[in-house]
Amino acid sequence: MEPLREVSGRAIPFGRKNIDTDVIIPAKWLKTITRDGLGRGAFETLREDPGNLFDSPEFAGSPILIAGDNFGCGSSREHAAWALLDLGVRAVIAPSFSDIFSGNAFKNGIVTVVLPQTAIDRLMEVAQTDPVSIDLESQTVTTPFQDRFTFEIDPFRKHCLLEGLDEVGLTLARGDAIARYENDAKAALPWLAKGVEHA
Amino acid sequence: MASRPRTLYEKIWDAHVVERRDANDSRGTCLIYIDRHLVHEVTSPQAFEALRAAGRTVRRPDLTLAVPDHNLPTTARRDSAGARIPIADPESAQQLAALERNAPEFGIRYIGDADAQQGIVHVVGPEQGFSLPGATIVCGDSHTACHGGLGALAFGIGTSEVEHVLATQTLLLAPAKTMEVRVEGSLGPGVTAKDLVLHICGVLRASGGTGYVIEYTGSAIRDLSVEGRLTVSNMAIEHGARAGLIAPDDTTFAYVKGRPYAPRGADWDAAITWWRSLTTDPGARYDKVVTIDAADIVPSVTWGTSPEDVVPITGTVPAPENFADPSKQDAARKSLEYMGLVPGEPMTGIAIQNVFIGSCTNSRIEDLRAAAAVLNGRRKSANVKWAIVVPGSGLVKAQAEAEGLDRVFIDAGFEWREPGCSACLGMNPDKVPPGERCASTSNRNFVGRQGPGSRTHLVSPATAAASAVAGRLADVRELDRQ
Repeated sequence: MEPLREVSGRAIPFGRKNIDTDVIIPAKWLKTITRDGLGRGAFETLREDPGNLFDSPEFAGSPILIAGDNFGCGSSREHAAWALLDLGVRAVIAPSFSDIFSGNAFKNGIVTVVLPQTAIDRLMEVAQTDPVSIDLESQTVTTPFQDRFTFEIDPFRKHCLLEGLDEVGLTLARGDAIARYENDAKAALPWLAKGVEHA
Repeated sequence: MASRPRTLYEKIWDAHVVERRDANDSRGTCLIYIDRHLVHEVTSPQAFEALRAAGRTVRRPDLTLAVPDHNLPTTARRDSAGARIPIADPESAQQLAALERNAPEFGIRYIGDADAQQGIVHVVGPEQGFSLPGATIVCGDSHTACHGGLGALAFGIGTSEVEHVLATQTLLLAPAKTMEVRVEGSLGPGVTAKDLVLHICGVLRASGGTGYVIEYTGSAIRDLSVEGRLTVSNMAIEHGARAGLIAPDDTTFAYVKGRPYAPRGADWDAAITWWRSLTTDPGARYDKVVTIDAADIVPSVTWGTSPEDVVPITGTVPAPENFADPSKQDAARKSLEYMGLVPGEPMTGIAIQNVFIGSCTNSRIEDLRAAAAVLNGRRKSANVKWAIVVPGSGLVKAQAEAEGLDRVFIDAGFEWREPGCSACLGMNPDKVPPGERCASTSNRNFVGRQGPGSRTHLVSPATAAASAVAGRLADVRELDRQ
């Protein structure tokens, strides 16, 4: 994964609330066996409207998406994160995110920035005409008009994003600790440790 | 350590901590051991591909079970000579073939498309005794919350996490906040577990559970069968919760005992001892508590395009201006336009053209019995063009056939299908046509969920059956009186 330190540029002032992952990428696009090319299906239903933001000359390819409360709710499909990435989105700003979407986004190098609705309202206004900048190290979102909003992020997620770390590789390096746990579990919870051998 | 009162969630969490990333931070990210991993064809191909590319193996294939469910057609899968009937959609066929190839390559037990045990992963797991109380269970599917009905800590994960679990049998997780949703009292006649959880969706709204693991407690929950509990926990994700939990009890143990992968002999005795300790201690604190009176719950139905858009079947389509939140007013207007509904219209006046009985929420034997009890001796209305029953697994199907339920459905004008996810999300050929309405026992009424332009009303199996007979959304309690 590429390290991510800052995301700057135009932000799509989308703003809608309870956007589920069926809206971000409809089920028919889930039949792929690769991670690529899903940008074509991103927000497909909304993009049937010729005036949609995602295809407008002004916002197409923007690295930041501003959304409403509960962005990414519903299905666990990581295709939603892959679709956004393929559109060029590297950061989503919203008052709240679904837990699963947020995890999926982070694992694909997309930062989810939680800000209060008042800050979102201001950024929606700025985004109409001007760029927005997110700095991960200082955990801030700024605008050319001296707006400055700070956000919280899990320290481990921040570390992985800044360093571009591969989580699987990190955990595989903890193989000894996992083996120790498995040994202990064999004594403490033997029926769980046995798995499908019972059949 | 031993004396601090803990919630059920904390007990399961604590039993699965491999290590803390920061030993001094009790709320920080932990490496959590995963006891059971269910794999289906949609969210796994990229995970297997990544393992292959990195030369990695599956750490515990014996804790992993692969079952195809989303793409499978629900029509016959073998011809009379036993040969496989080809799947028309090449992309569906490719995805199914990938799982059929990946599972044996990585040493994972695979239940095939024509096996009697095949079904929706969330039906198969509990049915096989693969899902157990106190276990950590994951699957690349948000409705994994379902298994919480057994008292397991179960949640949906993305494909990168599927890869992580395959390679390491663990996940890096930060602990969730805890919420108790306490439902006291008894459910009235015609009111089911589905109505209960739809009601909770209306109370908590679509994001009320975000960041929480919800434990459902109270007499109304304890009185539910295990299948009813699975229905409730299944929809925890529809209020945004990371997982749902229901403390295991004698009802749970009786359900688990004797299932193919359930512990036996001395293992069973040891398991029971631990399972009995899996209750929230007196004095343990939840971060949030919500109380609901079971007497307030009537058969519930959705009117909009979010599972929070719930009204009693006796209610009317709401007016957007009556919502306090301006963004909800806007969302409600869009929903009503999509759904083709007018504020003030009685819910029981809404004509339906399709009925779907199935999905991981409501496709178990008790669901089919409830629907068949309503349909027995009745027929679907002429304006219902398409009515299908999709059992949750081959075993549910066989049980239903042994009880003669298939005849009841067929005589009522329903199609009796093969198991799978089917019209819950229409990845297979089962779709609701654009602009048409469906009374559906599934879990999501999102825009286009059951097919482009489809209009979904989420209901219980009994309400779906009653609605099929009436040709409009119906109050099953009224039908019972006729």
